[in-house]
Order: sequence, then C-alpha cells, then structure tokens
Amino acid sequence: MAAYNLIATTTVGSGGASTIEFSSIAQTYTDLKIVHTLRSTRAALVGNLRMYFNGANTNGSSRTLYGNNATGSFSNSYIHFGYAVDANNTASVFASGEIYIPNYTGSTYKSTSYDSVSESNSTSSAIVVQSLGAGLWSATSAITSVTFMLEDGGNFVQYSSASLYGIKNS
Amino acid sequence: MAKQAYEVISTQTLGSAVETVTFSSIPQTYTDLVVVINAFSSATSDLYLTFNGDTGTNYSRTVLWGTGASAGSVRSSSANFIALTYYGRIWDNQGTSVHTANIMNYSNTTTNKTVLARASSQQEGVDESVGLWSSTAAITSITFDLVSTRTFSVGSTLTLYGIKAA
Repeated sequence: MAAYNLIATTTVGSGGASTIEFSSIAQTYTDLKIVHTLRSTRAALVGNLRMYFNGANTNGSSRTLYGNNATGSFSNSYIHFGYAVDANNTASVFASGEIYIPNYTGSTYKSTSYDSVSESNSTSSAIVVQSLGAGLWSATSAITSVTFMLEDGGNFVQYSSASLYGIKNS
Repeated sequence: MAKQAYEVISTQTLGSAVETVTFSSIPQTYTDLVVVINAFSSATSDLYLTFNGDTGTNYSRTVLWGTGASAGSVRSSSANFIALTYYGRIWDNQGTSVHTANIMNYSNTTTNKTVLARASSQQEGVDESVGLWSSTAAITSITFDLVSTRTFSVGSTLTLYGIKAA
C-alpha cells in the first residue's frame, strides 16, 4: 500500500450542513491527515472550529497560537482546530487548514496538530487570522470517526470540503 | 498508474530506551523529506536535530510559540543543533504530542538546508520553527536527540518519508 492514501472526501451541498463527519474510518493506517476548506452561514467574520472523535464531544482540550497582525494564544476545553470564515467576511473566501493525527488506532490518548488560515486580503485584523494548535483527546479508544462542528453556531456552506488521508509508515 | 509521491523510507519503533535516533544512509532519490515523530520520553525533554553527524556551531533557528496563555518568539544562532521544540516538548505520557519536520531540497549541494518543524503538545504549547544548517552538503543522515539524561521510551516511533516532485 502507498504511504499516503485518500480515504474519503466530503463536500457540502446546497443545503449546507451543521457538521462534517468521517465515519467508519479504516483501522489499517498509521496516522490520519485531514485537509479542509470551510465557510459558515453565521452572521459574523470568523468562527471557531471544533473537532471531536467517535461521536463523543467530550474529553477534548487544546492550545492555540494565532496571528492576525498581532499574536496571542489561548486554550480550550475542546479540540479547537482553527477558524471558519463566516458569512459577514469577504465573499467567496474560505478558510483552509490541515490536521495531523498520529497513531489514531493506538490505545493511548490521541494528540492532534493543526494549521489554519483565513486570509481575505482585508486591512482589518478582525477578519484575517492564522493559527496553529495542539489538541488532545483524553481517551484511549481507537479513532473510528471524526466530526467537525462550528463552535459558535451556523452551518457549513455549500462547497465547504474536507479530505481524509491515511498515512502508513510501513 | 500514478506515481507514488510520498514514500516511507524508514520507520524506527524503539524496542529499547535510547537517547538518540539516527536515520542514516538516506537515499538521494527524493526531493524533500518529512519526519513524523510520535514519541514519549523518560522525562519531559526538548528535541534536537543535527545533520550528517555535524555537531559544530553550524545551526540556527527561529521559533514562534504559544502556550495557551501567551505567545512569543525566540532565536538561536551558531548553535550545535536545531532545537525543534520550545514549549511543545516531548513528554513522558505517550500520545500527548506530535512532532513533524519538513526538510526541503535535501539532496542538493548548492544551498544551505532549511527545516520547517511543528511541535504540538497540549500539555505545554505549540511551536513553529524554522531552522538552518549552514552547509551545502547533501543530507545523508539525520539524528534526533533529547536532553542528556533523557531517553526516548520504548514504543516511540519515528518515521522518515521521502517526497518526489517528479
């Protein structure tokens, strides 16, 4: 098997979606990587993205470093993985990002690493943000599903998409 | 059939505790390298990288860090290694951190070598680092090291991938 394999791609249709989910994830890889591009219907500029595993929206935590012409850092009691571009932001702009999840089938806690950008060529620091983060799912179960949600509300708009890749180290 | 751009070169799953892990005799047939480290240690430790056994003062790096409460940046120059961590250190609990390093154009003999590294530890923080090895030599080996008196724990996994641009 190749080292880097596409498992699934999901693209939101015209009706929008409250969550994006990858389920029944094959347990035959070593690590997972998710690449995404997201926008929401919420009447704001950018919104927080939240991820959880195996349908259980619990036992998550994270630390985030961000820059928007200034820098800062914050922590959450859920797995934060960046920002979606919200409806009041520049038209046709979607946030993009990547998530890496090593050893997702193992029997230890699950760590995650993410990068996310929402660049809209604006002079306002309120609507552009780049972030990096470390997340932790404090559970020892193998990951069989991954769910994205909009922490601040709204739905993912049409053309939001995410691709799940499996990476094998042997 | 499509070409495979991303290939495993070597995986090391530690069967005994060691302070250093080296990938040697790296094939020169790829364009870039990626290292993924899923490790834990005997005690919390920074993670260091050197190339080709060079421990001279030929390394520098800049790191952007965030702890969840504060953020900042630090630099080091004329160092004996590239420190891949600042707050995103390797801990003694398995499964609590992710470390990756991207090494572009590693086999050329014209340019100095650059490393882009991420260290993500929910225990302490997030680091994004850029490192430089001031050498035009092709990279044939990579050594990962911990703080002295610390060891990588049994079960730690380090994987070297090669990426082909064509």
